[in-house]
Amino acid sequence: MPLNAANREIPLSLPGFDTIKAFEGAFENTPLVRKEKGIRNVPKLNKLVETVEQAVLKTELKDGMTISFHHHFRNGDYILNMVMDVIANMGIKNLTLASSSLTDAHAPLVGHIKNGVVTQIYTSGLRGELGEFISNGGMENPVLIHSHGGRARAIETRKINIDVAFLGVPSSDVYGNSNGYTGKSACGSLGYAKVDAEWAHKVVLITDFLVEYPNTPFSIHQDQVDYIVKVDSVGDPNGISTGATRMTKNPRDLLIARNAADVVVASGYFEDGFSLQTGSGGASLATTKYLRDYMIERNVKASWGLGGITSQMVKLHEEGLIAKLLDTQSFDLDAVKSIAENRYHTEISASYYANPLNKGCAVNKLNVVILSALEIDVNFNVNVLTGSDGVLRGASGGHSDTAVGSGLSIIVAPLIRGRTATVVDNVQTIITPGETVDVLVTDRGIAVNPRRQDVLKRLKETTLPLYTIEELRDKAQRVAGTPEKIEFEDKVVALVEYRDGTIIDVVRQVKS
Amino acid sequence: MRIVKRGIAGTLESSDVMITVSENTKGGIEIDLKSIVEKQFGKQIRTVIREKMEELDVKDALVEVNDKGALDCTIKARLEAAAYRAAGIQHVRWEEK
Repeated sequence: MPLNAANREIPLSLPGFDTIKAFEGAFENTPLVRKEKGIRNVPKLNKLVETVEQAVLKTELKDGMTISFHHHFRNGDYILNMVMDVIANMGIKNLTLASSSLTDAHAPLVGHIKNGVVTQIYTSGLRGELGEFISNGGMENPVLIHSHGGRARAIETRKINIDVAFLGVPSSDVYGNSNGYTGKSACGSLGYAKVDAEWAHKVVLITDFLVEYPNTPFSIHQDQVDYIVKVDSVGDPNGISTGATRMTKNPRDLLIARNAADVVVASGYFEDGFSLQTGSGGASLATTKYLRDYMIERNVKASWGLGGITSQMVKLHEEGLIAKLLDTQSFDLDAVKSIAENRYHTEISASYYANPLNKGCAVNKLNVVILSALEIDVNFNVNVLTGSDGVLRGASGGHSDTAVGSGLSIIVAPLIRGRTATVVDNVQTIITPGETVDVLVTDRGIAVNPRRQDVLKRLKETTLPLYTIEELRDKAQRVAGTPEKIEFEDKVVALVEYRDGTIIDVVRQVKS
Repeated sequence: MRIVKRGIAGTLESSDVMITVSENTKGGIEIDLKSIVEKQFGKQIRTVIREKMEELDVKDALVEVNDKGALDCTIKARLEAAAYRAAGIQHVRWEEK
C-alpha cells in the first residue's frame, strides 16, 4: 500500500470508491493557493496584471475563440474598443464576438471586421456606423441577434461558449469582487455581466477604481475572476448614464402615455399587488408618471417593478408605491444611486430576468409591460431592430421576453414618425411575434389584439378611442402616403433569434 | 414667376424640410434632394416639387431640399415660401380652395 505525502498508507481503491487519489501535498492540486504562507513580506495575493495585453496573453486567447463584453456602459463604453485594439495588435484573428449588445460607441469594430479580427457577432442590437456597415453586407457571416433572455439561455446551454469575458466594472478589489454602483464610472446593475462572469471559461475584469478587500456587496464574485487590469478610465460617465431620464414635454408622447395609463387602469390588471415594467422611451416613462397619479388616487400599490430601472420607477419605489425593484440594467443616475442605497432595489442577472429555459425567470411573473416599437403590423408583430429604410439600428433587448412573459403587453408608439407610418401591413423585421402582443396605444387611437377579447370588453366600457389595427394602419397611410418598397439583396446579414433559440426572421442586405 | 435671388424657407427640425430656391443658369428645374426617407418617398417628393413649380409657373430654378421627413403639405408650403422669396415677391397670392 503506497504512502501519501503525509506518510499515511492509503489504499488505491475500496468498495464504492473505484479510484482513490492520494494526498500529494497542500499546494500540489490547487495552483491558485499561495505557497508563501507565513512569509510576511510578500505582497498580498491578488489577480492584478499590468496591462490588457498581459491579461490577454494569460488567458491564452487564440484564433477562432469566443470573447464577450457587456453593454452596461452604453454609449460611454471604452472597454470593448480598448480590448479589441489590443487583440488586433497581437495578431489574433477569426474571433467570435458575443457582446450582450453593441452601441454607437462601437463603430471602430468596423475596422476589426475588415481586418478579419472579428468574423462572427452575436448581439442584442446594432446601431450607427456598425449597423450600416453590416446592413450593407460588410460581414461574410450573418450577425445573430438575440434577446436578453435568449442570450442567457444560449450561454447557459453552451450554444454560446465564451472562452474569455472582458468585463468592465466600476469598482473591484484585487481579488475580483466587483459592483456597478461605486466609482466614477458607476453604471448600476451588472445584470448582463453576471451571466458572463458565471459561465465564461476565463474572466478578465477591467476597472478604474480599485478598492479595499472585500468589495462588498459585490455583483461579480472573486471565485469567478481570473485577472484584473486597472486602467485610467473604463468609460465616459456622460455616455454611461444621464442624470435623471428627462420627463418628456412632447405633447404627443404625453397623450400616448395618458392613453396607455388609462388602458392599464381599465384592463383588469390594475389591482393592489400588481407588477410592472416600463421602458426608458419618452412615452413609456411618462406612462409611469400617469400610473403614479392613478395609484395614489385609487390607493393601489405595486408589489414589484422590473427592468430596465429608471428614475421614474425609483421615485415610485421610494414613495412606497412599488414595494420592490428587480433590476438588470439601471438606466440613469437616480437608478444607480437607488440600487446602491435602497435595500429592496435588487440587482438580477439577465438569466434571472428572462432566460426562458431556467427554472423560473422574472418576466414570467410580470403583470403589465409597456414597450415601444419602430413598427407594428396588422398582425401585431413588432419590429424594434431595423429602420424604415431597412438598416439595422435598434436592439431586440427584453422586448420579446417581456411581451410573452407578461399578462398584458402594451406597445406605445406614435402613429406616424416624420412621414413614416408606424402601423403597417408587414413589419420589416419581426422581433416580437404578434401572438404575444396585446394592445397598441398610439396618439391617434388604441387597438386591441382580437386574441384578447377579455381586455377589449373592459376597454369598451371606457371612452378610450378604440379602433381595429387595420383602421389605424389606414389612418397612418392617409397622412403619410404609401412608401415605395425598400429593395434588398438576397444576402442575409442578420439572423433574428427568438428567445427560445429558433430563428423568427432574417435581415437582408439593403440595395445601395 | 422668375427666380432672381436665393430664397430659403423651413427648418431642419424633424418632420420639417428646409428648401432653398435659387437661379438656375443651366435652365429648367433642377432638384437637389437630400431626405431621410429618400428610399421610401424620394420619387414622391420630386413629383410634389415639380408639380408645385409648375403651379407657380417657375420655369428655371435650382431647388435644394433637405428633408427631415416632412409630409407633402409641409413640402408644398415651404417650397412656395422659398419660391416667393427667391422671386422677390412680397405679396403672396394665397391659395384659395
